[in-house]
Amino acid sequence: MTAPKFKAGQRVRIIDRTPPVHHRVPSYAKGQVGVIERVCGVHGEPEKFIRGDGKPAQRLYRVRIPQTELWDAYDGTESDLLEIEIFEHWLEPAQ
Amino acid sequence: MTDHDHSRTFQADHPEPTTDAARVGLALRELLIEAGHYTADEEQTVIAAMQGASPENGAKIVARAWTDAAYKERLIENGGEALREAGFDIAPYEFTVMENTDDIHNVIVCTLCSCYPRSLLGMSPAWYKSSSYRSRVVREPRKVLAEFGVKLNDDVDVRVHDSTAELRYMVLPQRPAGTDDWSEEKLAALVTRDSLIGTQRDLQT
Repeated sequence: MTAPKFKAGQRVRIIDRTPPVHHRVPSYAKGQVGVIERVCGVHGEPEKFIRGDGKPAQRLYRVRIPQTELWDAYDGTESDLLEIEIFEHWLEPAQ
Repeated sequence: MTDHDHSRTFQADHPEPTTDAARVGLALRELLIEAGHYTADEEQTVIAAMQGASPENGAKIVARAWTDAAYKERLIENGGEALREAGFDIAPYEFTVMENTDDIHNVIVCTLCSCYPRSLLGMSPAWYKSSSYRSRVVREPRKVLAEFGVKLNDDVDVRVHDSTAELRYMVLPQRPAGTDDWSEEKLAALVTRDSLIGTQRDLQT
């Protein structure tokens, strides 16, 4: 497995797409910008599994997104956070 | 049900299926066993192991972290290693511990299904699997927590952890005041299942 493409603290965008297969990105997170909270291990990602292509190894990350950026009229503080696991091929660098 | 055949039910003490979904599940299971993907005995072993798991396992980990600062550091740094050190293992999943502090409250959810560290803590509560909890706790965590009795002031940040892939989470609740001279065993008895998920904050002594 190659080195992680992203590092902790880096700003990333979760790609907004909807492949017609089982994928582990909830719709509320698609298109959102966050920061890599930590680089996790390498795991089998499930999108090709339905076609009999196994679960290719992919780097996993935790992405941190401020709640106030996720939801309109969020009832909480500016520093409330949402953290979510995202596979590397769902992430792109963001400004 | 005198001709009741245990190899044909999910669990020996479960009733026969009455819904179409349950019948489909049962048929699928029989096909998998017939095709040799696993045996009924292996299935029973896994079920027994999961039934043996309970929040008490998590409570032991918490009590050890409360009484051993170096262990707590290892637990937060590398949860899987620290878990194995204590005699537990949830591989192939990563074990991730989120520590509550005076300023931070953590709460766990799986919005996509109901991922939960089952092999450590046992079956998750019914509400954890409900679509209401799963959809609401990400969007309005403070309101949902208040419904559980956790009232947070604005000087406490909420961190919601959506368990979407290969990590399994446990919250490390705060040690209650006035327990300085308590034994690890006595401390573990304070820890509740909900406090390990984050829908309880203050533990009662």
